[in-house]
Amino acid sequence: MAGIPTFLDSLPAIGYVFQFIGYVLANLPVIAQTTVAVAVPITLAAMTGVMCERSGVVNIGLEGIMLIAAFVGWAVGAAAVGFVPAATTPIFGITPALLIGLAAAILAGMAVSLLHAWLSISLRVDQIISGTIINIGAAGLTGYLNNLISRQSPTGAGNFAPLQVPASVANVPLVGWLINALFDQGPIGITTLILVVVFQIMLFRSRWGLRTRAAGEHPRAAETVGIDVIWLRYRNVVLSGALAALGGAWLSMEQTNSFQPNMTAGRGFIGLAAMIVGRWTPVGAFGAALLFSSATALSSAIVIGPPSGGLGTFLGSVPSQFWDALPYLITIIVLAGLIGRSIAPAADGQPYERESAT
Amino acid sequence: MTGQADASQVPALEMRGITKIYPGVVANDGITIDVRPGEIHALLGENGAGKTTLMNVLYGLARPNEGQILLDGQPVEIADPADAIRRGITMVHQHFMLVPVFSVAENVVLGDETMANPVFVDRREANRRIAELARRFGFDLDPNEKVGNLSVGQQQRVEILKALYREAKILVLDEPTAVLTPQETEQIFVLLRRLAEDGRSIIFISHKLYEVLEIADRITVIRRGRVIGERRPGETSEEDLAELMVGREVELTVDRGESHVAGPMLRVAGVRVLGDRGREIIPSLDLEIRAGEVLGIAGVAGNGQDELVQALIGLRPFAAGTVTLDGHDVTGYSPRQMNEAGVGYVPGDRHRYGMISAFPIYDNLVLTSYYRAPYARGLLRDDAAILRAAQEKVERFDIRTPTVTANAGTLSGGNQQKLVVAREFDRPLKLLVLDQPTRGLDVGSIEFIHHQILAQRDVGAAVLLVSAELDEIMEMSDRIGVMYRGRIVATLDGRTADKSEVGLLMATGASDRARAEGATA
Repeated sequence: MAGIPTFLDSLPAIGYVFQFIGYVLANLPVIAQTTVAVAVPITLAAMTGVMCERSGVVNIGLEGIMLIAAFVGWAVGAAAVGFVPAATTPIFGITPALLIGLAAAILAGMAVSLLHAWLSISLRVDQIISGTIINIGAAGLTGYLNNLISRQSPTGAGNFAPLQVPASVANVPLVGWLINALFDQGPIGITTLILVVVFQIMLFRSRWGLRTRAAGEHPRAAETVGIDVIWLRYRNVVLSGALAALGGAWLSMEQTNSFQPNMTAGRGFIGLAAMIVGRWTPVGAFGAALLFSSATALSSAIVIGPPSGGLGTFLGSVPSQFWDALPYLITIIVLAGLIGRSIAPAADGQPYERESAT
Repeated sequence: MTGQADASQVPALEMRGITKIYPGVVANDGITIDVRPGEIHALLGENGAGKTTLMNVLYGLARPNEGQILLDGQPVEIADPADAIRRGITMVHQHFMLVPVFSVAENVVLGDETMANPVFVDRREANRRIAELARRFGFDLDPNEKVGNLSVGQQQRVEILKALYREAKILVLDEPTAVLTPQETEQIFVLLRRLAEDGRSIIFISHKLYEVLEIADRITVIRRGRVIGERRPGETSEEDLAELMVGREVELTVDRGESHVAGPMLRVAGVRVLGDRGREIIPSLDLEIRAGEVLGIAGVAGNGQDELVQALIGLRPFAAGTVTLDGHDVTGYSPRQMNEAGVGYVPGDRHRYGMISAFPIYDNLVLTSYYRAPYARGLLRDDAAILRAAQEKVERFDIRTPTVTANAGTLSGGNQQKLVVAREFDRPLKLLVLDQPTRGLDVGSIEFIHHQILAQRDVGAAVLLVSAELDEIMEMSDRIGVMYRGRIVATLDGRTADKSEVGLLMATGASDRARAEGATA
């Protein structure tokens, strides 16, 4: 007899599950769009990692590189506002000041990556240490400079605007929602989607991709067929800095129009997790980033418009810190399930020393 | 004579008076050699004689202090490996330079890709070219197969394919037969002869004397950075070459003497061992070694030998079965317990398992005994006793070093292995586990190590000798067990076993005879 009351007791919970599914479906257009948007910086960070690690360099400093790029993009854009015309393009809301800021962000990202390349490839410093130095230095430096600048409370250069998908398309169930989710994004977001595809093809079809993968798997073999492993790693690491910089710029110039101390908030590290879950491929990393960001999107939908009745009360009573932690919890669970099945490039993180080339 | 080599031809390659000085070492001291088109020229020398340095000079990896390189009679400067490849020189390294996760085609084209346009690789055209080359030289290789799935012999063919794809005129092969079965060696020889007939020049580096005599048109012997002599196979012998190489008379086949076999020492029953990823590597294995007996385990690398050895010395757990040593159950003992029970271990990969390169020699000599008397007093080490013992062992085992305080990593390969032997053999042993104990060593050091092993056998140790070098197994073993896919598929008498039969068992898990019987059954 004890079974029936237990079952009856659990009925409201089953009802909640159905209500929750219905809630998610009803809010799918918004959740999907937010998921893609939140995935943008994570994907860029993950692709930075893929580009470095496929050639054999571990780059945990990409968190710091993003932070510096976010700061430089915003600060240079703000500084440029007074000097350049204020023309704005009809789509994406691009202004000269924003472009200057973005260019500066990319250059800054590549410059910091060059530092990491020099430390880890030429000086053969432990790559984890080098990355950590960059992360700590970036947090301190951007925090300090931000303090200095915000005393003058500058007006920023604004931010990039998302592409407007026509309501007639966006309201078509599923297909329209999907189009809206993918393309209701700013220029950096759209560029990221294109880069995922281009980078995937380049990595597995092009000469550059073949040589990059060889350098990350067996650098000595690459060297013996005449590939300059050192130069290749330098190129990849510096170029990857541009990807990380786009991720930083997205935070301060596309999602918002301001810089906050430590505004990357671990996205670089989540990006590294996405890289691992995505098995060091751009498309895989993008998929993993979507998985992580969907948790964020869901939680923000719940905060903005909680479901009605008991379920809403229950979800509303969940502390907000839980929602903040949810992407990280998912990351840990997914990574734990993947142990031993996602295999890093064989020479990942190992400095390459040329054979007695004297 | 093979091919069309002819003394009147201009040499395809000539290296004149090459001198290469590293800090404190003259690696090459005025070496002059040449190779003619269609010739197989063997370069023979002990480790450290300067063969590798000479080839690094040729391949643009080291710049000579003096001397000249001529290709087809024209002096050239070789800047780097890419330059060497452009000039038609390729090298097949002893440790294959292949990316295991890449396909055959990807490995072959890497660095000299067949392009569809400036950005993308033309994989179809690359596959077609590779398939055509493979057909022409009689290779059996699928361009799309992952290299990591290929046998060692097939991987070597991929290396040679790399050279052919680059239209190499001069091929350098560094110890190409070290890891091959006799059958694979025979196949590679056929291929090399075909390449020579095709007009290519081949430099064949080896220390296996009979192979050099079989394959080479000309043999140049190098010792301590100098050319000691040049011979033609018809006018020399293994003894002559060995003496040239080492500088003294060498015992080529160790006189193993009579074995005095007593009762069972090691008994392994129904043992099951899992690999690193939980895969079953050894399903069920039984073996027995008696006191004073050498059991050789022959097998192609990767058939469970590593796992068996690791389990026997306590590094890897047994999933099932029992191990009895001299009547005591030692199943599940830790490495230290095994060591204390009288098990000695000499690994082939001494850098990973045998010693700590960054530690001084005296510390390395007490790695298994530092914690007990006479090397420790309570919690403290007795440095004076450790140094005294080290000094004594260095002398007794002829470890060539200026001082026992030098780091083990500074020793030559042969002396490093002597160091391991000095540590492991310096006490009464019940079981001696040898995992490729002479890998990468020169004939002089091999001779020394083999004598030490036989000395242990003669005082009553049971010896388990695992080696990919079939010659070593044939020379040392009283009985030979052939390991194939985690099983001992045959046990043969060491003094009567036929080398090609063992080779066939290694490669296929069955001998001709066994297969014939299977066919009639």
